[in-house]
Amino acid sequence: MNRYPLWKYITIAVALLLGFVYTLPNFFGESPAVQLSSAKVTIKVDAKAQARAEDALKTAGISHDGIQLDNVGVKVRLKDTDTQLKAKDVLEKTFNPNAGDPQYVVALNLLTASPQWLTSLHALPMYLGLDLRGGVHFLLQVDMKGALTKKLDSTSADLRTVMRDKNLRHGGVNREGERIVVRFRDTETRDKARYAIGDSQPDLLLTEAGDASEPRLVATLKPEALNKLGEFALKQNITTLHNRINELGVAEPIIQQQGQDRIVVQLPGVQDTAKAKDILGRTATLEIRMVDDSTGALEAALAGNPPFGTEVYNERGGQPLLVKKQVVLTGDRLTDAQPGFDTQTNEAAVHLTLDSAGARIFKDVTRENINKRMAILLIEKGKGEVVTAPVIRSEIGGGRVQISGRMSTMEANDTALLLRAGSLAAPMDIIEERTIGPSLGAENIKKGFNSTMWGFAAIAVFMILYYQMFGVVSVLALASNLLFLVAILSLLQATLTLPGIAAIALTLGMAIDANVLINERVREELRNGMPPQAAISEGYERAFGTILDSNITTLIAGLALLIFGSGPIRGFAVVHCLGILTSIFSSVVVSRGLVNLIYGRQKKLTKVAIGQLWKPAAATVNGKK
Amino acid sequence: MEFFRIQKDIPFMRHALTFNVISLLTFVLAVVFLFTKGLHLSVEFTGGTLIETHYQQAADLEKIRGALGKAGFTDYAVQNFGSSQDVMIRLPLKSDQNSNQIGESVMKSLEAEAPGAELRRVEFVGPQVGKELAENGAMALLLVVIGIVIYLAFRFEWRFSVSAIIANLHDVVIILGFFAFFQWEFSLSVLAAVLAVLGYSVNESVVVFDRVRETFKKVRGLTTPQVLDHAITSTISRTIITHGSTQLMVLSMLIFGGETLHYFAMALTIGICFGIYSSVLVASPLVMWLGVSREQFITKTKVIEGANEEGAVV
Repeated sequence: MNRYPLWKYITIAVALLLGFVYTLPNFFGESPAVQLSSAKVTIKVDAKAQARAEDALKTAGISHDGIQLDNVGVKVRLKDTDTQLKAKDVLEKTFNPNAGDPQYVVALNLLTASPQWLTSLHALPMYLGLDLRGGVHFLLQVDMKGALTKKLDSTSADLRTVMRDKNLRHGGVNREGERIVVRFRDTETRDKARYAIGDSQPDLLLTEAGDASEPRLVATLKPEALNKLGEFALKQNITTLHNRINELGVAEPIIQQQGQDRIVVQLPGVQDTAKAKDILGRTATLEIRMVDDSTGALEAALAGNPPFGTEVYNERGGQPLLVKKQVVLTGDRLTDAQPGFDTQTNEAAVHLTLDSAGARIFKDVTRENINKRMAILLIEKGKGEVVTAPVIRSEIGGGRVQISGRMSTMEANDTALLLRAGSLAAPMDIIEERTIGPSLGAENIKKGFNSTMWGFAAIAVFMILYYQMFGVVSVLALASNLLFLVAILSLLQATLTLPGIAAIALTLGMAIDANVLINERVREELRNGMPPQAAISEGYERAFGTILDSNITTLIAGLALLIFGSGPIRGFAVVHCLGILTSIFSSVVVSRGLVNLIYGRQKKLTKVAIGQLWKPAAATVNGKK
Repeated sequence: MEFFRIQKDIPFMRHALTFNVISLLTFVLAVVFLFTKGLHLSVEFTGGTLIETHYQQAADLEKIRGALGKAGFTDYAVQNFGSSQDVMIRLPLKSDQNSNQIGESVMKSLEAEAPGAELRRVEFVGPQVGKELAENGAMALLLVVIGIVIYLAFRFEWRFSVSAIIANLHDVVIILGFFAFFQWEFSLSVLAAVLAVLGYSVNESVVVFDRVRETFKKVRGLTTPQVLDHAITSTISRTIITHGSTQLMVLSMLIFGGETLHYFAMALTIGICFGIYSSVLVASPLVMWLGVSREQFITKTKVIEGANEEGAVV
């Protein structure tokens, strides 16, 4: 009765093998590496870049342990940290000849040192949380009100344009809090305006207000539009943060949305929080200026003698351009930039939206400068770059600007992104910050590891002394539980934190309960005079219901933590819940498999090593049987 | 080797009242401490800034306090943390200060007055985050309680589920009472420990109740206290060995886990010790007083998946 069919043994063996394979990468540790990725949207890191990096390292006489290209970029594995630093310098010089204007991110990184065959099986080591590897964690709150104000300001400008186009006279368009109020002279105009606005602005909810002598139209954003606005603001802020963090040279930054209006930024390995905050909080400015195209001026400027009131900037792509110092408009006036198509020529275009003040200025400037060129500059860290320099064809009013001509769809996308990246869609505040030094991280790993190891050892010694052979089986089952747990965590690429390690330890401490239950039950059956084989079978069968029960109550607590926990608690809860699930398998199936292997084949089993059995003088319950 | 050589059922129920009075007293004491002293909540819940620094030599706390005072900080708390070289600085939330810069400005002021500090950890929590964490913690506790009550009511019947949850919630209050009395820091990880131990010790009651049900069904002519005594006696060895094993692991965390895991392990230790006591010696008398009797079981033929005919047993 204590024999498993062959397929069960095979299942256990396969599970153990898989557990072993996926746990393995954690033991190889990590080797230093340098990672090369793109700092700009327009630059792709491809096989060519890989060859270039390889050449550069060869000429510098640096030998590497492997170079690979993945969707992040090129990664070069190196022997030690000294070579790593040298290789970083070499690559930095090769790829970013102009240090002030980096095209690539060259960052130090760690790559798993496990052999290639493991990596190709997607067997990767667990991802270590910030409290174990050191780094910075920020939680940023996006100010959705700010985004809404910006949007309403630009919508006000649109409303003016719409009414002007339809020759509808109004007595002023104003944003009052979270709504736009349009005043009219008479109700007839209002009704017409309502129709016109309703047609052109589907996102607005229009209500009439005021009496016949002073009719008004109140516009608010529809809830769907409000949601879309929030999503858009968040996405744009994330994009902007990505671009900025690229500059920090962090190998594996995490930038994620959390909840409706929050962004988590985690920068492993970054110690200089001041710089990180500076970069996160920086606002790149966008400026619109006029181009000086007068003959000979640019040549003179390049010769080091620019005409008064002008300066030279490089256009994206390298062309120098002479730009007037006077700023026509700043990025604050730009509320949106979207790629699209010209409605007449069907060429790729970028559509810009300006707020009302910006629209007025823009109208004046364009009227006075027809057939001249204007430059849109992105200025970051005091360094500017001309994003685009279109020619003004006609006067542009209404705050809707279209840049088109000689642009591919791809370029239109990039330009729009760059224009938007200049500013955050909505202001952000840091509402949580955590910095962990690298030495503390290493210490935390050691402490967590030691706790688990000594706890495990203590339990093992006790179990083997107390239950002998069944104790050995229990300990092996517990070890397999640890193996499965680590394998699953590695497979899921879950982030391991110190609370996570504590959860591993605690889960092991609780999981032994199942084997204690089984062993005690087997002893009890033996005590009641059952033959050993039957006692084993009964013991396992009867203990199973209780094991299930006890794990379910623990699982309820684990799930509650998983649902309501955040940050470090989540790490604890994930490990705890997974550990409970693996423990059921290992303590019941694996340990039974072992017991069956040891005792199942002995037909005349008279004694099992489960520790000394003590029998009371008479097995009675309060004197009654 | 066998630790538990029990000849006859131990008459636990004879002392039911004593056990409950003891636990009622502990409970009342814990509540008193909670109200008079209050919990020493960590920065995670209150909001504020926490900075951990490390010095090569023993740190001079007075100098550090002086440096902070000079830099214009108020209401700061400076204390050693783990060793004399490690210092923890706590600053409350201030609306007028630019919270983003606190970490840097503290390090700068230390550089001048008490040089040689190495920044180990900075934690800044804004007011809204702290409030949310506290709310989420309360919600998690509520969810665990409701989940366990429903599960037990479905698994047994209401008398058991009410007794088990009363017994185990009283553990939670006692853990909190300890934290209030000693003014230990109550952090998120301590909360996790409390919830984990709640789920863990409820199953202790489950094991005893399983035995109670089994005994009611199998053995005739026993009074309710006798049945309870028998159930507790026959599961006591498993209870103590299991909790002892878990405690071995927790003890190892307490010894090797360092400062970060200290209070986590502490909460678990208290929870495990009181868990044994309350889930066995408090929950069972409650079941008795709520009027459990043999009649409630003989007609019941509820079968839970995975359990054998008699229900799960030890």
